Amino acid sequence: MSDVTTDVVNVPARAGASAGLAGVARHAAPWLALAVAFAVLPMIFTSGSALTMLSLMGIMIVFALSYNMLLGETGLLSFGHAVYYGLGGFVAVHAMNTVIHDRLPVPLFLIPLVGAFSGLLFGIIFGSVSTRRAGTAFAMISLGLGELVASSSLILRSFFGGEEGVSTNRTKLLHVFGLNFGPQIEIYYLIAFWCLLCMVAMFALRRTPFGSMCNAVRENAERAQFVGYNPQAVRFIAFALAGLFAGVAGALAAINFELVNSAAVGAGQSGLVLLAAYIGGTGNFIGPVIGAVLVTWLEVMLSDITDVWQLYFGLLFIGVVMFAPNGIAGLLMMHEPLWRARAYGPLPRLLLTYVIALVPALATLAGLIAVIEMTYHRSVKASEGTTISLFHVTLDTASFVPWIAAIVLLAGGFLLFRRTWPVVGAAWHDAIVYAQTAGKAK
Amino acid sequence: MLELVTISALNGVLYGMLLFLMASGLTLIFSMMGVLNFAHASFYMLGAFFGFQISEIVGFWPAFFLAPVLVGGIGALVERYGLRRVHRHGPVAELLFTFGLAFVIEEIVQMIWGKGPVDYRVPLSLNFSAFTAFSTNYPAYKMFELLTAIAIFAVLLMLLTRTRVGLIIQASLTHPHMVAMLGHNVPRVFMLVFGVGTGLAALAGVIAGPALVTQSNMAAALGPILFVVVVVGGLGSLSGAFLASLLIGLVQTFAVSINLSVADVLRPIGVAPPNGGVLFDVWNVTVAQIAPIIPYLLLVLILIFRPTGLMGTREH
Repeated sequence: MSDVTTDVVNVPARAGASAGLAGVARHAAPWLALAVAFAVLPMIFTSGSALTMLSLMGIMIVFALSYNMLLGETGLLSFGHAVYYGLGGFVAVHAMNTVIHDRLPVPLFLIPLVGAFSGLLFGIIFGSVSTRRAGTAFAMISLGLGELVASSSLILRSFFGGEEGVSTNRTKLLHVFGLNFGPQIEIYYLIAFWCLLCMVAMFALRRTPFGSMCNAVRENAERAQFVGYNPQAVRFIAFALAGLFAGVAGALAAINFELVNSAAVGAGQSGLVLLAAYIGGTGNFIGPVIGAVLVTWLEVMLSDITDVWQLYFGLLFIGVVMFAPNGIAGLLMMHEPLWRARAYGPLPRLLLTYVIALVPALATLAGLIAVIEMTYHRSVKASEGTTISLFHVTLDTASFVPWIAAIVLLAGGFLLFRRTWPVVGAAWHDAIVYAQTAGKAK
Repeated sequence: MLELVTISALNGVLYGMLLFLMASGLTLIFSMMGVLNFAHASFYMLGAFFGFQISEIVGFWPAFFLAPVLVGGIGALVERYGLRRVHRHGPVAELLFTFGLAFVIEEIVQMIWGKGPVDYRVPLSLNFSAFTAFSTNYPAYKMFELLTAIAIFAVLLMLLTRTRVGLIIQASLTHPHMVAMLGHNVPRVFMLVFGVGTGLAALAGVIAGPALVTQSNMAAALGPILFVVVVVGGLGSLSGAFLASLLIGLVQTFAVSINLSVADVLRPIGVAPPNGGVLFDVWNVTVAQIAPIIPYLLLVLILIFRPTGLMGTREH
């Protein structure tokens, strides 16, 4: 109740503040900070692989945020969002090849506009079919459309390039300001620029009346209709705009890899963006950004370490769905009342309970990893002998001891972990109550 | 020509019945719990792999009965300890849970049996030809598949319409609260339906495994078609699912055997082929080549002209 009243009081004050120069500065400050961070990052992580990963993260951030315009903002669960990403990429690649072939005066950094346009176009075409319905039906339709495009990609060879895809050469376009976009660092800054631009645009879109209408349609389409908005139209516009930003991401990927193949429109890519957005958290703007960074990092790091990395991905996803449905950002935002009220008093106790809960959680994780890796080794890689090395420990999968140890770690760790939940919950509850009383006192 | 039609019709009905074995469970689960089980095809795959593993040890016939029971048990556990927990986070979370489950099951299958196909063979007792239609020997195993699917269909129909359990299930579909008031344990009915539904999918896997290829991508290949079936039939309609299963089974089987392209039709009447580009691809592609897309085209057409599906009445 108190939240509502403070919001009502704050609205005119906020509007008044934003009108002034100070308000503009306050709104622009986080974005300027982000721009500086984007500019500085490659100077901190200088290695070639880090630069590649940063570029991938930038692409994924745009893609995941565009996905969240559907899932988080409008409540549309799509299983086929890669269609707009992939088609944006394909059109961009063809546009680049045309520009090279006809020597058109178009520089590389404008190519994402082509992706944006084609993403929007296909968003309009497919959106007009699929956004008539919401909920489960929409989810199934998006899946069907995704499969339709994915299987067409192997038939329409002249556009999709068959199995090997369509390649291009990004350095052959018009050079301006002495940039030929050969080195990865130049591509990184191109991606960073477009990533920032799209982030600002999508954030601004959230704050418009249209963004609120999307939320209204998500919460209760019938009521939105009563107020006078057409939910189908709102869903359609949101869908088309999400297609636009997905198209930008696809074009950026096309520029980055200089190659687009049918995997870009496939179910795997659609699933990946869903995982990224949901693990990060769909309820906050920052959520998909966290998810995109984490998923890209995990994808690159885990696939180096283990063959069954996708299993860990899936388990992480199920864990988030079951225990933290608001994602990582949701977990972080649970602590918002604490820093808003500047109530740092209960913080040490809260952090201590987190550390206590972390110990059995890590034990469970270690047990799980051991069980998975030993199973994988025994069944698929049986020809390579029975021993594996895990966390610098050599385990013999043929003997019973490591199996029993792993299962004890897994089951015992989980039971202990569950015992810590009430303790953590109580500490958190006390902290929030403390923050609320502190807030009221002010 | 007649031979082709007969054999294709038989194969089409068989494929359709197999689809219905899965679609019936999916539809029952959906109309009862409001959850479209994304992992349904994964339970079909588990059925095929369990069937393979058990028949390696004790033979096909024990596997035929054991594998569906085991997978159904796993399904019931998933409902009890997974879905029921996620239920309070809303329908999107439930759908996502089953999506994650499908992902994990595929990875687990790859982890245990590898990415390649396993050697799951037709049992010797059924490895002969049932009859000879024209010049084609029709394998007995396919007849066995067909008869099993029809038998299950009949049993399911009897169970739902003629027994007390079926009555409670039907009542729980529309009035779960009232059924609970009358003293029935509705969550247990849900668990039972989920277990039986996944068990049916597993049975489809056990019998389809030897005829098709048993490998870790079989769920991902079949799953989307299954959803087309339930959407085209009308979400939540059993008779619609039956119609759509047969329709898609027949259409896809017949399409595979037609080697006709736009070029074949238009060339005799004097239309020149296009010079290149996407049109040229469309010009030369045969019906057999677009067979995999046909279900999705059908889905889009149905959505444009009859958004509730063939037999659907409810707007979800």
